[in-house]
Amino acid sequence: MADALLRVEGLKKSFDGTQVLRDLSFEVGHGEFVTLLGPSGCGKTTTLRIVAGLLAPDAGRVVLSGSDITDAPPEKRPLNTVFQNYALFPHMNVEKNISYGLRMRGMKKAEWRPKVEEMLRLVQLEGCEKRMPSQLSGGQCQRVAIARTLILQPELLLLDEPLGALDLKLRRQMQVELKDIQKRLGIAFVYITHDQEEALNMSDRIAVMRNGRFEQMGTPEQIYDHPATRFAAEFIGQTNLLECKVEAIDEDGMVLSYAGERIPARCAEFDAKVGDRVCLSLRTERLGFGPEKCGDCCLEGTLIDRRYAGGSMRATIRLRDGHEILAMCTSAERARGEVGQRVYLNWNPAEAPVVRAEEAEA
Amino acid sequence: MRGAANRRKNRAGWLAMPMLVWSAIFVGAAILYIIVLSFLKRNPDGGGAILEFTLENYAKLLQPGYARVFWQTLKLAAETTALCVLIGYPFGLMLAKVEGRMRTFLLLLVIVPFWTNALVRIYGWKILLMGNGVVNKLLTALGIVDKPLKLINTHGAVVLGMVYGLIPFMILSTYSSAEKLDRRLIDAGRDLGAKPCKVFFTVELPLTLPGLMSGCVLVFVPSLALFFISDLLGGTSDVYVGNLVNDQLLISRDWPFAAALSVVLLLVTAIVMLIYRRAGGKASDMTLM
Repeated sequence: MADALLRVEGLKKSFDGTQVLRDLSFEVGHGEFVTLLGPSGCGKTTTLRIVAGLLAPDAGRVVLSGSDITDAPPEKRPLNTVFQNYALFPHMNVEKNISYGLRMRGMKKAEWRPKVEEMLRLVQLEGCEKRMPSQLSGGQCQRVAIARTLILQPELLLLDEPLGALDLKLRRQMQVELKDIQKRLGIAFVYITHDQEEALNMSDRIAVMRNGRFEQMGTPEQIYDHPATRFAAEFIGQTNLLECKVEAIDEDGMVLSYAGERIPARCAEFDAKVGDRVCLSLRTERLGFGPEKCGDCCLEGTLIDRRYAGGSMRATIRLRDGHEILAMCTSAERARGEVGQRVYLNWNPAEAPVVRAEEAEA
Repeated sequence: MRGAANRRKNRAGWLAMPMLVWSAIFVGAAILYIIVLSFLKRNPDGGGAILEFTLENYAKLLQPGYARVFWQTLKLAAETTALCVLIGYPFGLMLAKVEGRMRTFLLLLVIVPFWTNALVRIYGWKILLMGNGVVNKLLTALGIVDKPLKLINTHGAVVLGMVYGLIPFMILSTYSSAEKLDRRLIDAGRDLGAKPCKVFFTVELPLTLPGLMSGCVLVFVPSLALFFISDLLGGTSDVYVGNLVNDQLLISRDWPFAAALSVVLLLVTAIVMLIYRRAGGKASDMTLM
């Protein structure tokens, strides 16, 4: 990306001798929605704070619109942050909170007043301008926190788990609204979350982060269907990993062996050799089972549990070696068999990626 | 339901009885005694009073000499409070920003002097500030002054002693309020484009104002009545209400007049508290930790 809006190069940061960021680099294009996804403690917030200027990196550069802002104080950076738990000023009403940035730039009330109204309309909070943050619900606080940054018309908005404190229903609704605002205003978002579902349905690109580095960066489809590492496969979606040995490789795919069974699989997206240990990732929702063998991809096991889980059937199958496989089947014909019966697991090899068996060194 | 709740409430009321009795005897009765005493005639032999109503004790207060003492006392309290704000408030804010063992160490520096008798510590200052004391020796040795400065028995020495004695209240009160301040609010202010000093005036100051206000009350009120600091460090013109009460009680043995002085001090304190409450201060904010 030659004309990237944000370029982060070789970021390193340690706290008390513990490396939190290890040589992190990425780019964000104009109007792009990039999500940093990872478990807590993986360095997401640290990355965001460095980009915002609230933390100085030990090494590396932050470049925004072509100019190096690594040493610029936060108030001089043309980007804004939506903080975790909102960080609204508790002693200012909604109007004062939203107009804060403009007032700090010396704007007169006559000028900022209409802009605040416009923002209140955008986030659907008309009529709340005189309320104090303590009188607002979590969702309303979130809207104020967003309006407070958008009023400054930043090219880049950093969001640190903005929906983390909301209940599931409200969170889903706000996801749609946020994405809508982002597209409408054409602002680039760097969005932090540990909720993989949120990441998948909002992002243009996702960076899967672990231990201060990126495991994989790509579109939601790439990340989901072509995980680069075992961690990426396990962290996103629900999956069953089977440790297999590579028996044969040709241009169409390869043959793996698992507990004495031969399983055809698609080509690995890394340099795998015959005899290597690899992992086959079987997504729970892409599995089916029935009392008779069907297709080449087939593993024998015993159905030990099946329960109704609303939109799907949640089944546990114990393979012959004792390994338990979880399957979430959305249709009845994909889930046939009684508890205690012998069943055969089946899947489409094109939907079961092969990843490295070893964890990348941490 | 309601009956049960009422009974519970009544029981809770009984539990407060020892506290009420204690307050009634040691606070209520004592204040009542002082108020009654202030309206009685002086015993010509000194000490006690003659059971005869009079307003002469209060009339005496209006004499220019005594009025001046009150004025000086208020001025000293204001000076002390102002200096405590200038030094103690930033110190309290900083205390909340430093981390871990450094914070513990600095807090100890503030608290440890409390464990030593205040009188002893003020004597310490007296020794330091004497004509041939440590400070003067150091200044002459360094060639900053030719002959020892008159440091002791000055108004400056009294202010120094007062600030020294009372500043922990300002520091701890500010600290307790600054510690509760969410640091992300300061980050948010910077992020939204405010320079550090603007963030201070728009976010930090308004949100630590309760601590600052309660610190002012906690410094101002005791500084109205402290007498031993001005006794030890002050000059002949450094006479304040506290000294006056002390003298009337122990030297002139005019108890009713001492009582009248105390009542006026109580009134001034009450007015300060009233202003504090009017300004939005809460009694519950008057905590140090």
